Amino acid sequence: MLAQIHVTFKEGVLDPQGKTVHHALNDLGYDEVLDVHIGKYLEVKLDSVSEEEAEIRVREMCERLLANTVIESFRFKLVSTE
Amino acid sequence: MKCGIVVFPGSNCDHDCYHILKKILNQETHWLWHKDEVDLSSFDLIVLPGGFSYGDYLRAGAISRFSPVMNSVIHLAENGGNVLGICNGFQILLESGLLPGALMQNHTRKFICKNVYVRVETTDTPFTQKCNDKLVLEIPIAHHQGSYYIDPHSLSDLEEKGQILFRYCDAKGSISESSNPNGSVGAVAGLCNEQKNVMGMMPHPERCADPLWANTDGQSIFQSLISQS
Repeated sequence: MLAQIHVTFKEGVLDPQGKTVHHALNDLGYDEVLDVHIGKYLEVKLDSVSEEEAEIRVREMCERLLANTVIESFRFKLVSTE
Repeated sequence: MKCGIVVFPGSNCDHDCYHILKKILNQETHWLWHKDEVDLSSFDLIVLPGGFSYGDYLRAGAISRFSPVMNSVIHLAENGGNVLGICNGFQILLESGLLPGALMQNHTRKFICKNVYVRVETTDTPFTQKCNDKLVLEIPIAHHQGSYYIDPHSLSDLEEKGQILFRYCDAKGSISESSNPNGSVGAVAGLCNEQKNVMGMMPHPERCADPLWANTDGQSIFQSLISQS
């Protein structure tokens, strides 16, 4: 099983990289761009766990290590690799 | 004062701290290897030095906080022992939950290495009690992730409880946007926990504490700790 994890800044936390890319896209003429958020994408390969177990354990991984929940939020999807 | 300096893979200010504490201030100073979970109860001060522990992978301090030595440091801190985190050490203290908030990339998106001024906001802590005579200190910073963040409610809580020790300012002690190098909320450069025995700061006092150099402002922090022990 593969956990596809996205970690991004929480709403209201300043994202200077996102802001810079936003302005760059506007400068290139993409006026429709309203906002850009830059985050991290992680793929975590899992062995011999049920989907229910994986759901609990990946959430725990995110809370304990992969995201700093003071400033970041996370979301993930579990994909079967068989 | 018996001091311990933690060495993580990637620490690079550990020798500077050792030099100041042992050679300049003549304190008993020991190295603590990150893999060793040891009894620290005989120590008066533990320093988490600056650097790039674990290459700053994932987030600065995120991996180091799980080093075995951190169990000992957390145990000591919970029992009232003094812990000082400088730069990367500050990031580790935040990641470990010993201090509130988080450090983010500088708002300029650049690594900043320069002398800055900080204003001492309280002398009622073991880390600042000798700062009475000089309220504005000139101390260098060198970091990429030094923009302090905490939600506005918790920030005013820190202010009320006197947990903010240093704010970025100009040479005269005034605080403005231009004197805040990295975009920290409340211009916070250093803070402590509610019990006031754990302190983290982004500026490097160990880089301005040797009398061979013109600036020795950093000494007041170490002298505060020595006078207490």
